[in-house]
Amino acid sequence: MSNLISIRDLTKSYVRGKQKVEVLHGLTLDIPKGDFVALMGPSGSGKTTLLNLIGGLDQPTSGEISIDGKRIDKYSAGELTKWRASNVGFVFQFYNLMPVLTAEANVELPLLLTNLSAAQRRKNVAIALQVVGLGERGKHKPRELSGGQEQRVAIARAIVSDPNLLVCDEPTGDLDRKTADEVLTLLQTLNREHGKTIVMVTHDPRAAEYAKRTLHLDKGQLAEQAAH
Amino acid sequence: MTKTGFVIANLFRKKTRTTLTLLSVIMAFLLFGLLQAVNVMFNAGADFVGATRVVVQARVSFTQSLPLRILPELEAVPGVEKVMYQQWFGGVVGENQQVFTFAVDPARLHAVYPEYVMPEQQWTAFGQTRTGAIVGRVLADQFKWKVGDKLPLKSSIFPQKNGSKDWAFDIVGIFDGKDEQWQRQTNTVFINYDYFNEANQFGQGAAGIYMLRLANGDVAQSVTEAIDSKYENSPDETKSQTEKDWQAGFVKQIGDIGLLVRWILFAVFFTLLLVVGNTMAQSVRERVPELAVLKTLGFSDTSVLGFVMAEAIALCAIGGLIGLTLATLLGIVIQKVAGAFLPISVDGSVWVAGLVAIVVLSLAVGLLPALRAQRLKIVDALAGR
Repeated sequence: MSNLISIRDLTKSYVRGKQKVEVLHGLTLDIPKGDFVALMGPSGSGKTTLLNLIGGLDQPTSGEISIDGKRIDKYSAGELTKWRASNVGFVFQFYNLMPVLTAEANVELPLLLTNLSAAQRRKNVAIALQVVGLGERGKHKPRELSGGQEQRVAIARAIVSDPNLLVCDEPTGDLDRKTADEVLTLLQTLNREHGKTIVMVTHDPRAAEYAKRTLHLDKGQLAEQAAH
Repeated sequence: MTKTGFVIANLFRKKTRTTLTLLSVIMAFLLFGLLQAVNVMFNAGADFVGATRVVVQARVSFTQSLPLRILPELEAVPGVEKVMYQQWFGGVVGENQQVFTFAVDPARLHAVYPEYVMPEQQWTAFGQTRTGAIVGRVLADQFKWKVGDKLPLKSSIFPQKNGSKDWAFDIVGIFDGKDEQWQRQTNTVFINYDYFNEANQFGQGAAGIYMLRLANGDVAQSVTEAIDSKYENSPDETKSQTEKDWQAGFVKQIGDIGLLVRWILFAVFFTLLLVVGNTMAQSVRERVPELAVLKTLGFSDTSVLGFVMAEAIALCAIGGLIGLTLATLLGIVIQKVAGAFLPISVDGSVWVAGLVAIVVLSLAVGLLPALRAQRLKIVDALAGR
């Protein structure tokens, strides 16, 4: 299977105060299309930094990042913004829904950047909410939903524009075991049945078991790989 | 959902805060509308009167009269075409409703003020009826007066020879203004000077001011200089100036209304700036992660700036438009209650100034928070840095 994500000799450093901190050191990694990868590692190992770079939220200090054949490390900030809108879906630990909008409106938000008609947008939103099992809760605001339901709405928002890649940062970190299992099963379904490539950062080994393989990061370098 | 809907939803995320802020904007623009209208009213007089009329008053004050015997001397000054005189009557209608009332020579008023328009037969009737009075359209409409009505007027100054301050006149004409500006000046009653002079208990043969119609505006300076130098060191020293300068000076005697209004509005808007500015800054501060998510989803820095600016504009525009509308309605009520004595009108010029104020206020309160939102780095914002 061809690679969706291809990373070569990736370095990322930050300046914190007067100090320069190198978070990733010459990391090389390939993730095939349709893969479901869990990124694990201790705090400060560079998991979220790597996820941000893969998702186009940040730019590397050096090295190459190709996603679906496109060198996003060469993109300007504006180009990355446009690229993110149609190629990546994001799922965060704390859901990050807009509290003033209904579930439907939250899911519709990325579609405001497209040329779709209002009717088409509504149709796509309905499908996305159906996929995550919340077809009946579209009119509810986030505060009227449980944590698991909020995360499902966030997943619906991530998939509504049909991106190939989903990046998930601790998607079950704020959920109880049972709800976490439901959300992880949903991600697994999206991976297996809808062909989404998923990169998920997690601290939870049980969550990582839902992935096809787990990558361990330590001190900014790939430590080991494990297939499930 | 639309982008506009998103902006409105965000604006009302904290309903109490937004409502209170909106109320402060509404109050500020209500005050702005009314004060601007007052400002316009006080400045309106000097804006449209021509420079072809000269006003001659006693040098000390216009409350001190000049004798009528100087009339032929004024008429003889080179450059003067026609002279009229008037005496302040101090009319009161009913219990305490003051109306501007002046005793005038009808023919001279007609000749010097062609801006007052009335059928010729009514001018003739005014000249021939000793107890005749003509009333301006504004007053006629306000008091439902019509030609043929009796007009009972109390004078706040002049009693009749029998000691009574209750006078009665016959309305023989209703005059209009030649244009919109002059129509607003039809808040006056003119009575026949001859009748007033004869029936009056004291102060006969005197005029508060003389109005001189000139051949052209170029001679104004020479006319005023000639008159004032002629009466210098006499018992009737004069102060002559163009009608425009006289109007402006009259307003200045009350105070520099414009400056006063500007200072009050400065204080109001400075406070408003802090209130609305704080609301906007707080609103952006408490949803930094949401703004970061918007950028994550693919909204550009400019779009995020636009969302925040749109909120500031919506807040100021909704409050400002409601405030100006209320000011307009209140202006109409004040006009009805106070009548010709306070003819304020929240007109087009006030609205234009108000709309400019809305735009400036929106930019002032929205720009800094919007720029902060625009410059937000997604990674830092999501990490709570």
